[in-house]
Amino acid sequence: MRPPLLNEQSKPGLQAVAFPVTNDPVDLPAEHRRQTPAPLPEVAEVDVVRHFTILSKDNFSVDTHFYPLGSCTMKYNPKVNEYVSALPGFAQLHPLQPASHAQGAMRLIFELEQMLGEICGMDAFTLQPAAGAHGELTGMLIARAAHLARGKPRRKVLVPSSAHGTNPASARLAGFQIVTVPGAPDGLLHPDQVAPLIDEDTAAIMLTNPNTLGVFEEHILEIARMAHEKGALLYYDGANLNALLGLCRPGDMGFDIVHVNLHKTFSTPHGGGGPGAGPVGVKKHLAPFLPSPRAQQNPDGSFSWQHNLPQSIGKMRAFHGNFSVLARAYAYIRALGWEGLRAASRAAIIHANYIKKQLEDKFPAYTNRPCMHECVLMANHLKEAGLTVRDIAKRILDYGYHAPTIAWPIHDCLMIEPTETESKETLDAFISAMRKVAREIETESYTLQHAPHHMPIQRVDEVKAARELRLRD
Amino acid sequence: MDFVPNSEAEFAAMLQASGVSSFDDLVSCIPAKLKEFRSRLPAPLTEMELVMEMEKLAASNRTSRQVLSFLGAGIYDHFIPPAVDALASRGEFVTAYTPYQAEASQGTLTAIYEYQSYLCAITGMEVSNASLYDGASAVAEAGFLSLQANSNRPRIVHAASLHPEYLATLQTYLAGQKAEFVSAPLKDGVLDLDALAGLVNPRTCALIVQSPNFHGCLEPMAQAADIAHRHGAFFVACVNPISLGLIRPPGEYNADFAVGEGQPLGCPMSFGGPGFGFLTSTKKLVHKISGRIVGQTVDENNQRSFCLTLQAREQHIRREKATSNICSNQALMALRACIHLALLGKRGFQQVAQLNHQRAHAAAAAICGLRGFSLAFKQPFFNEFTIRCPVPSADLLARLEKENLIPGLAVADPNAKSSNLLLVCVTETKTSDDIQRLVKALAAFSTP
Repeated sequence: MRPPLLNEQSKPGLQAVAFPVTNDPVDLPAEHRRQTPAPLPEVAEVDVVRHFTILSKDNFSVDTHFYPLGSCTMKYNPKVNEYVSALPGFAQLHPLQPASHAQGAMRLIFELEQMLGEICGMDAFTLQPAAGAHGELTGMLIARAAHLARGKPRRKVLVPSSAHGTNPASARLAGFQIVTVPGAPDGLLHPDQVAPLIDEDTAAIMLTNPNTLGVFEEHILEIARMAHEKGALLYYDGANLNALLGLCRPGDMGFDIVHVNLHKTFSTPHGGGGPGAGPVGVKKHLAPFLPSPRAQQNPDGSFSWQHNLPQSIGKMRAFHGNFSVLARAYAYIRALGWEGLRAASRAAIIHANYIKKQLEDKFPAYTNRPCMHECVLMANHLKEAGLTVRDIAKRILDYGYHAPTIAWPIHDCLMIEPTETESKETLDAFISAMRKVAREIETESYTLQHAPHHMPIQRVDEVKAARELRLRD
Repeated sequence: MDFVPNSEAEFAAMLQASGVSSFDDLVSCIPAKLKEFRSRLPAPLTEMELVMEMEKLAASNRTSRQVLSFLGAGIYDHFIPPAVDALASRGEFVTAYTPYQAEASQGTLTAIYEYQSYLCAITGMEVSNASLYDGASAVAEAGFLSLQANSNRPRIVHAASLHPEYLATLQTYLAGQKAEFVSAPLKDGVLDLDALAGLVNPRTCALIVQSPNFHGCLEPMAQAADIAHRHGAFFVACVNPISLGLIRPPGEYNADFAVGEGQPLGCPMSFGGPGFGFLTSTKKLVHKISGRIVGQTVDENNQRSFCLTLQAREQHIRREKATSNICSNQALMALRACIHLALLGKRGFQQVAQLNHQRAHAAAAAICGLRGFSLAFKQPFFNEFTIRCPVPSADLLARLEKENLIPGLAVADPNAKSSNLLLVCVTETKTSDDIQRLVKALAAFSTP
């Protein structure tokens, strides 16, 4: 039996929270008045508390499960960051209070910008974007504005076929035409693939490094040179930055614009889909285009907002970004320092290579070069068994692990990113579960086709959900 | 501190098992010159040092508990029942991933479905997505969706009373699109309907109106919606969700989209974020809207289940042809809103809106009793109103800052060089003592 919805538990007259409202008549013209009360549930506090507590137990989460989820960096989210980001001095601060009231918050913003700049090798950062895709849009609008300011608007953006879907969607929202760069069999982007596509109408190339196949783009310096020779900007999608902390920096590779996902690399929790944050860093020549306002430090050491930014692209959202997410990332970087960040990437890379090697006889790697923080493994011979890679994903849930990213960036693949925060024992147990699944592919296709079997529900009918739209009570 | 739970011996074992002799072998693909960089970060902190450092930073802010503040203008100081924090801070919600794997995410999915139901209930709209970033970007998304759904209609008309940061965001988002923005003028703080009728035309894809508007006034939404629809344009209503316990909801005046900032529903102010943006629409537009949507379905045992649906609209499937680029949203804040609305329930939701209205009107009446102070506009309002002061509002704010009192936000006066206008917000958290303190402080500026 699935738990009833709160609306189904509603009893007229119940109310968990009341307010000291008086019976004075409300002076409001009828044309502005609500005619019928909003049909919200009428329940007691205990009903609400039990309902959401029971629901929470139906979730996988990093606190309870291992997520080998490629390109998502589901690392452990330290509890201290939850505590410090919710301190009343932050939580009860209004964004329009005068700067003199918010010096602590502004110092945090200013210093986080500086630290991200050091980590990424960029000159200036904005913390306004609320998510990775929001950062991409910010970056593309900066590229657009920069070319306009040079007096030469450009129309095209190059995106590899293996890029995250947000890349082409963001570039298009910024008004660009998308030119797809096909993938090479070795998983790397080669200068001779870029050469025929790049020209004086190319505004930017969007790249992820390591790329979504988990390998480092070895030709990056040559590609950067080619882009800059044509006057195009190089954009770095920071989804996979967790591989590079303390090892190398996008700025040194030649990237002009980067976004980082604080909810991946910098350990802020995913929250079931957000809020995250997608700060954007740029090289000095693009700093005038960053969103407004910008935090600045005054000669006396205090902080203020700079609003007079004539070349700024404008505003990406109201106020100053997802501040409590920024506070978590700030705390994380302060706790780790360079040594800790380097140790994190090192462990993430060792873990991914270990899993890749331990599974290669069952799930061969897409490429046999060493991987960075994630590996892409192939699930071959599925068709013969009447299976899809989705069946494997669902079966992995039964073993108590979140499914890897599947069927992307290539068919029938499993993209596994263990992160640095899992123990060898967890990795070994996962490897053992994957090997069992490999055996089941050969002998128990029915078990896989109908997986999962040990979850709160059986496999959901997604087709029915889309055909018979039921999106609310 | 690096949160890595393995010893060097275990790393050595894993490296050996991977067939390499050292970590450097794994990263030899990175050009050597990229590995030679110099940069500085502060030295790492132990957890105790970190907590002390963060507490010090937090303590150097002056919060709404230390300062008596009547600031609103998009972020509001509302009561948040402790059960919201207790439930929404559960690790099973906080550290869960986006619920793509439905069988491992029924908790999040059920909560989002209930969130969608409650948002439809309060707005009177037919469909809700699972949240967007914030109110400003929700307006921008609605603008973009309107442009896409109405080719050959490049014009977006917005009321001049739209929150300035929302307007700026809309314009920034759409800088690369062929959109033209037209600001509809105001008369006594709200839309001049005669002027508006001349600005909306068959080239218009959307009319965007916020109510309560930036000045606190309630706009003539029904009449504005009629003007938009007469020309086949979408009517986008931007509303304060907490007002809808009392104020006519967008569904009652046939809005096509109702959007806004969800922070008043159980989210702390947190220096402006994260709150969440909400986007609701008519059923007809469901295939055109942006963001994730949860639908009800069944599992193989015919049990009720929930999953993400209509994903063919989204970037991970459609890439550049998606309705939007959005991926992550503000799910955990939408969960807070869901819990908050459930706790308030049908009656609490009405009460909190009434209390806001009562306290704001009590404050406005008392302030207007002071000589030299008056309401800038003779319009109905909810919990915010604009006051004309006898002195420039910036001077007034500067003098009261020393008394730990922020009487409101100094706002520009389009008709004057230095503005005497003050936007005052009074929520349910302001007691009659607080209001008396405000009035007493303002009395010092009263004209003799």
